[in-house]
Amino acid sequence: MIRLEKRPQPSQLWTYLTPVLAVVVTMVLGGVLFAFMGKAPLEAIRTIFWDPIFGEFAFYYRPELLKKAAPLILIAIGLSFGFRAGIWNIGAEGQYIIGAICGAGVALAFYPTEARWLIFPLMIVAGILGGLIWALIPALLKVYFRTNEILVSLMLVYVAEVLIKAFSVGLMRNPEGMGFPGSRNLRQYPAAANLELIANTGIHWGVITAVFAVIVAQVFFARHQFGFNVRLAGQSPRAATFAGVDPSRLVIICMCISGGLAGLAGLYEVAGPSGQILGSFPAYYGFTAIIVAFLGRLNPIGILLAGLLLALTYIGGDAASSSMNLPAAAIQVFQGMLLFSLLSLDVLTNYRIRLKKAQVA
Amino acid sequence: MDINPILLLAAIMVASTPILLAAIGELVVERAGVLNLGVEGMMITGAVCGFIVAHSTGSATVGFIGAAVGGALVSTLFAVMVIFLMTNQVATGLALTLFGVGLAALMGQSYVAEGQIIVPKAPIPGLSEIPVLGPILFRHDLVVYLSVALVVLVWLFLTRSRAGLILRAIGENAEAAHALGHPVRLVRFLAVMFGGACAGLGGAYVSLVRVPQWIDNITAGAGWIALAIVVFASWRPGRLIIGAYLFGGVTALQLNIQATGLAIPVEYLSMSPYIATIIVLVALSAGRAPGSLGKPFHASS
Repeated sequence: MIRLEKRPQPSQLWTYLTPVLAVVVTMVLGGVLFAFMGKAPLEAIRTIFWDPIFGEFAFYYRPELLKKAAPLILIAIGLSFGFRAGIWNIGAEGQYIIGAICGAGVALAFYPTEARWLIFPLMIVAGILGGLIWALIPALLKVYFRTNEILVSLMLVYVAEVLIKAFSVGLMRNPEGMGFPGSRNLRQYPAAANLELIANTGIHWGVITAVFAVIVAQVFFARHQFGFNVRLAGQSPRAATFAGVDPSRLVIICMCISGGLAGLAGLYEVAGPSGQILGSFPAYYGFTAIIVAFLGRLNPIGILLAGLLLALTYIGGDAASSSMNLPAAAIQVFQGMLLFSLLSLDVLTNYRIRLKKAQVA
Repeated sequence: MDINPILLLAAIMVASTPILLAAIGELVVERAGVLNLGVEGMMITGAVCGFIVAHSTGSATVGFIGAAVGGALVSTLFAVMVIFLMTNQVATGLALTLFGVGLAALMGQSYVAEGQIIVPKAPIPGLSEIPVLGPILFRHDLVVYLSVALVVLVWLFLTRSRAGLILRAIGENAEAAHALGHPVRLVRFLAVMFGGACAGLGGAYVSLVRVPQWIDNITAGAGWIALAIVVFASWRPGRLIIGAYLFGGVTALQLNIQATGLAIPVEYLSMSPYIATIIVLVALSAGRAPGSLGKPFHASS
């Protein structure tokens, strides 16, 4: 008979081991899934996880890896603050979209002025503010009306999706676009473009900001009173109140951090890799970042690694869909399985498994 | 073009049915003390299962059964994790939604171009002939009647049966119920599966009746709205009906306004159900949640 015995404290060893184990388990399960679909499992796994970094076309994929990882890491770092404190911002996707709309709005308003020193910083501010305000709605409603932030932030994702579709064919449509939906391409507007800083490396301002965010978050959690308060509120809300942490303020600050960073990620994306406001702009980053945050154990360095791994599944998934005809949705299933196995394996972190003979009562 | 009030009210019944089905299932789950945020994932799994089964058998009824089975199956994944591995319910529910949406897209991709399977209307003899009320209430398909019947049955179960009392006790205080010898894990497991089956039925109603074809992301947040309605209803079946029909009303009304070609842009109308959800949550979330809601249960602690 197998019994679970609660550990007095979560196991340090398993805390670091389970994410690795979860990746391995997911690869096995993914292989089974691919085999079910009639694809060679080992080849699929190799195409997704190995070839983009070490394969023949790695020179093309490596820069892409950084471009995809940057938004995931930025958003996940922001989410980790709230998740640690038990504040569930699930609507990062919406904040990401609104950040892109606001940032691009500034750029389009100035078009075709050539004043990068003014326009690009303004876009960054607008992107942050856009995401921040979109996240502030669920935060304020939670503080003043005790509404559930999960549901409100999620509803706002759908609203944001409708907005970006509407803007891409209305307010922001390219007047020289011959009637096609979509705004002007910001990549072709030097004052606003977020291009690669060093050619063929994939490093744009978003990548640099993401690394910076990781460092700042690490310092905050390890050294700053605020990081401690966040952890305390998550582990024991009552103790936190006694220690003088104002829960309402914490909700607002955490939501603002995650919203602002998500908005920033949206801005870098719309000015860089994506280039324009378009109905197909949302790329699910806001949701995948939730997986990144958990897989990285809400720890900044962990999030950095998890972000790179999930970016790899995006790129490898693309590669597999073109070379092996693997459907794009398979990668989404794969990402879902990753979160499932991580959460399941966490039982080893929090509980001891005891093998015991069944006793007669 | 004018809006015909009778047709509008009948359309509201149809628009509300998927949300009502998913919400009544989730209500039972939450009354047992489990918060399953995976309703959207279970709904869309049901939607694709229902569509595939209906198309391969040619029968809508079998399709709905397949949808309920599919929804229940995918919910067992959540149940095992949350109940036996004591995972975080919020995170696991999210994982279920992410997984379900991907799974549905994967399963449905070869059915994108398929046509419609007719779900027959079943007017109730006699009642459907009543003027005004007849066309609004009694000329629908069987699933609409089933959804309302389910709400009544759940109400009876929760308030008038011993099993319902045990389920509520487990939801209010799992430790105390366990001490009294009630099977906490078993009851919660069954509740989650019931919720999955209901969400699956609701999803199939979207893919077989409301839309009715296969498109990616077909449920478009209906599962999340169902979760909001459970909060709005303060976990009581009676208020659940009001909530679901309110949202169905907003959805049907905005579609009708779109059809009349009024000067409001289509985009702003189509975001109205989501805005309405937020407004209602703000205005009316006054109820008290079941005491053990969302807390993992481990017998030794």
